[in-house]
Amino acid sequence: MIAIIDYGMGNLKSVFNAFKHAAPEADIRVTSNPTDIKNARHVVFPGQGAMPDCIRELDQRNLRASVIEAAETKPFLGICIGLQMLFDKSEEGNVEGLGLLNGTVKRFNNQNTKDENGHKLKIPHMGWNEVSQTNHHPLWRNINNHDRFYFVHSYYLESKDENIVSAETLYAQKFCCAIAKDNIFAVQFHPEKSSSAGLQLIKNFVQWSV
Amino acid sequence: MSLAKRIIPCLDVTDGRVVKGINFLDLKDAGDPVEVAKKYNEQGADELAFLDITASSDNRGLILHIIESVAKEVFIPLTVGGGVRAPEDVRNLLNAGADKVSINTSAIVNPDIVYQTSSRFGSQCIVVAIDAKLTVEGDKSFWQVFTHGGRNATGLDAIEWAEKMAALGAGELLITSMDRDGTKKGFDLELIKAISDKVDVPIIASGGVGDLQHLVDGVKIGGADAVLAASIFHFGEYTINEAKTFMKSNHIEIRQ
Repeated sequence: MIAIIDYGMGNLKSVFNAFKHAAPEADIRVTSNPTDIKNARHVVFPGQGAMPDCIRELDQRNLRASVIEAAETKPFLGICIGLQMLFDKSEEGNVEGLGLLNGTVKRFNNQNTKDENGHKLKIPHMGWNEVSQTNHHPLWRNINNHDRFYFVHSYYLESKDENIVSAETLYAQKFCCAIAKDNIFAVQFHPEKSSSAGLQLIKNFVQWSV
Repeated sequence: MSLAKRIIPCLDVTDGRVVKGINFLDLKDAGDPVEVAKKYNEQGADELAFLDITASSDNRGLILHIIESVAKEVFIPLTVGGGVRAPEDVRNLLNAGADKVSINTSAIVNPDIVYQTSSRFGSQCIVVAIDAKLTVEGDKSFWQVFTHGGRNATGLDAIEWAEKMAALGAGELLITSMDRDGTKKGFDLELIKAISDKVDVPIIASGGVGDLQHLVDGVKIGGADAVLAASIFHFGEYTINEAKTFMKSNHIEIRQ
């Protein structure tokens, strides 16, 4: 069973639909039940909205321990805020994350940065941007280096540990858009909204064993 | 290499069909929404916008079924607007599979809805749509915000309104020039640029696309982050792919 963790933040329908399409035979559950998360063979940790709200809602549902246990033991995919929450802290609301990985989440600065047409850079970073893979990983299988994925976020990860960076993207500056460590893979973009490249990544995750 | 400018075909939906009018009137049938959505996805659309223009509330539920069907087969962002009045409407659309919900008239009736919904569901899913028309009053002219599909003048200045909506939490603004909508004369570039220069959030330019140069101008001159068009795609004049190839030849970053 694949558990998509529901802690009340944002809409998980898109994530569910994409998993259902990429892995039609799999048992996919959107769940806030710790037992489901414990029994799942793969766990998906999505996130939308503001990180302080996400952390609060996670704790209100007593899911912190389940998430940490899953992230330490089985194939685990973080998406968007689900990536950001794995780290030490975020500038958004100055909140502490789960502390599973070292790094700080910071807000994009668009002062004095222009796009190629001379217009100011917008925040949120919204749309299709190139993902440059920086290491080999089973989740990049059959995905071309520099394929575009769909992003929507105002905060990005500044990692202190270069070894966990699995892909980078350029917006205002180069930033880490995917991390890989042991059984954890997490992405800042939205594979569930990234058409064929995104569906391929989801398929790769479902087939990933660690 | 950087962020791609987006091309967004817009599907005006009523009674379960895609339609297209001129200046919001005189509707022509343009097909089944699920089929049209799939076609644009295959052609490489970066995102899809659905506008529920159903006049009566009787058929309101139809759009939810349409979005549900599209979201099971098309994995790019889906924006849905039209008749969104309360946070519950936003929730229902998101649960049906929409990624973003566009709010127009109700933001003017109650601007707080933008704050409420963006706080609850995240700014990333709240788009505020602004229909604006150049208005001359005495010796002063300004872009005035209209509501109810362009029928009611509000007296509001579109640029100030855009800034207010971004401040209340809109994650993106969809700017339609009513003077240009359906005319095929191109975007109102001054309007788009005036708003794009003022606000930090991405701007979708809409209203008036008649040929591919208009899309290029929207990005290069107007400073739009995304360009929205309907009739040039619906009636087979251009494919999304042709639009992208043309934009690329004009040195605009696009997703291929």
